[in-house]
Amino acid sequence: MGYTIVYTQVLEFFPYLVRGALISLQIAILAFFGGMFFGLIFATIRTFGNRLMNNLVICYVTFFTNTPQLVQIYFLFFALPEVGILLSPFMAVLIGMTLNAAAYLCEIQRAGFLSIRQNELDAAKTLNFTLIQQVKYVILPHIMKVLFPPLSNHYIIMTLGTSMAAIFGVEELTGRALNINSETFRSIEVFSLTALIYIVITFIATFLLALIGRYFFKAKMRIIQ
Amino acid sequence: MPQIEIKSLNAYYDKLHVLKDINLNVEKGEILSLIGPSGSGKSSLLKMLVGLLTPKSGEVHLNNKSINYTNKSDLRSVREQIAIVFQQYNLFQNMNVLKNVCIAPTKIQKRDQKQVEEQAINLLEKVGLKDKLKSYPDELSGGQQQRVAIARALCLNPEILLLDEVTSALDPELVQEVLDTIRILASEGMTMLIVSHEMSFVKEVSNKVVFMDNGSVIEVNDPKVIFDKPKEKRTLDFVSKILKD
Amino acid sequence: MERLLEEIPNFFTIWNIIFLGKAMGVTLLLTVIGCFVGFSFGGLLAIFRKTKGIILLPLRFFIIIYTEIFRRIPFLVSLLLMFYVFQIFKITDNLFVIATLTVCLIATAYIGEIIRSGIESINQTQWDAAEAMNFSYYQVLREVIFPQAWKVILPPAFSFFIMFIKDTALASQIGVMELTFAAKILNNKGFSPMLSFGTILVLYFILSFPLDRFGKYMEKKLASNRN
Repeated sequence: MGYTIVYTQVLEFFPYLVRGALISLQIAILAFFGGMFFGLIFATIRTFGNRLMNNLVICYVTFFTNTPQLVQIYFLFFALPEVGILLSPFMAVLIGMTLNAAAYLCEIQRAGFLSIRQNELDAAKTLNFTLIQQVKYVILPHIMKVLFPPLSNHYIIMTLGTSMAAIFGVEELTGRALNINSETFRSIEVFSLTALIYIVITFIATFLLALIGRYFFKAKMRIIQ
Repeated sequence: MPQIEIKSLNAYYDKLHVLKDINLNVEKGEILSLIGPSGSGKSSLLKMLVGLLTPKSGEVHLNNKSINYTNKSDLRSVREQIAIVFQQYNLFQNMNVLKNVCIAPTKIQKRDQKQVEEQAINLLEKVGLKDKLKSYPDELSGGQQQRVAIARALCLNPEILLLDEVTSALDPELVQEVLDTIRILASEGMTMLIVSHEMSFVKEVSNKVVFMDNGSVIEVNDPKVIFDKPKEKRTLDFVSKILKD
Repeated sequence: MERLLEEIPNFFTIWNIIFLGKAMGVTLLLTVIGCFVGFSFGGLLAIFRKTKGIILLPLRFFIIIYTEIFRRIPFLVSLLLMFYVFQIFKITDNLFVIATLTVCLIATAYIGEIIRSGIESINQTQWDAAEAMNFSYYQVLREVIFPQAWKVILPPAFSFFIMFIKDTALASQIGVMELTFAAKILNNKGFSPMLSFGTILVLYFILSFPLDRFGKYMEKKLASNRN
């Protein structure tokens, strides 16, 4: 066999990897909230907008949800320079992930809008709620409760999705793992440790999101099983 | 000799102590009703008898034979003697009425298919649903589904029938048809344990009424005593509240 | 812009078209094999995960750990890990085999979860009624649960299949000749990146979009059948 698995060398790089994980989280959070912002606008257009805007958004969402995020970023990074737009690897990844997220989060939020039941609104109206009160006490809490699980889920997916930034040279967790690999050649050790770190950060995220969901939004979510 | 003997039985649902030191006897042919507030353990008791809730301690004797609910062959034998009908979702949604009634006797009890079908059709006629043989559960009303469920239980040829709040999930106008079916069975001498909130029905049909509260058996007596002059204060509280409606 | 238009005939040569066609085939092959294996073994995982006996506890434990691991690691990292494991232990050189195996492992974890969800969506009373009539665990699954659960399982499983087509793009990073790798090759050969990656985007779209529509149509049909 000729290869013995020894972790000591790679474990020295553990702090380096953890700092990389923080960058991964940074990218995920930025792209997520960017995607939420645009996604909200798109979802609003889809629910309330005129026919032209609606169709434009549909085209956008259809395109971004039927093509791979990796290739979308490849396009941004390699093809845009041809028309004069030069993006750094980090920006290409961030913009790519944001555009992608906007499409998916638009659909998720749109489903939230559509989930408002008419009798809830009627009940609020008969209690003489003003429109603002209706939104604050009936619509918003309901939407938050319905949306929190799928949004949390997508956030976790995006956290894992940040690993493709490594392909463009960004030094987030996977990128740093590749660096360590080319230095030490301890491939199995470094990638298994990286895998472990991803598992830990997604568990922490799932746990925290489940707690937030339960106490703030009354959305019951499971952590495991 | 009682047909069912339960001695000092304790059962837990996860950490919740749902059956506390239960002592109860049921004679053959007896119709015993269990009443009490929600969560008192009535359904848990029925589930325990049929092996869906394993007791932590205590004894159960069926026809003078001791039952070990952790033993597979004991479980099989219990389920050949006791049949249960639940509150809802009884019927297998992917099978029509006839198949629902026939499947266990043919596939599990391994009886002759023709005989089973004949018996099934007779039972379905008895509960008034002979024209629905090929219907699927989602084409039937709640009351019809429950009557099929009772026919299905009877097709297993049980000695004891357990009815767990079988009318509680039904629209009010559908309750009577199911109670009528049970009334017929009661007159034919089958041992039955009935959990129900239909108090006038319970009073009319039962030989004995058991009041349970918070996992324990509080009082066991004649229906007249339980409803008119109960011995225990808790029984009185419950019964007076219920009968006020 | 004119440069782009000039390049188009050079780009869409017979050779390139066949090349892209083959790459598309590899993408599809990875996805289909992955999902097929994923469905089969995922089904087994779901079935054995819900067993009750003490003897099978280690198996249930293993299934839970396996599922959580492969669902919480990025696709890319799984591929890299498998790649190096195979390389270092000299199991095989064939990149397609390595990628396919990884893809199968991942799909099994995800589809296993989907199937488990589907099984759990069936009301507990259906289990209770069958068990009380002496059905064995496997008999309940076969006669009662699966015939009802498949309608709940099919839409998300199909959704996963469509998503998986896009995930296979990452296999390009270990050198498998699928669509994304083909784009990189064409780009490296000197073709315009806009043309190379743009065409690949369109090709993925052509694979994904009809399936997506079919999936939505199927979901509507299943939902209306229930009513």
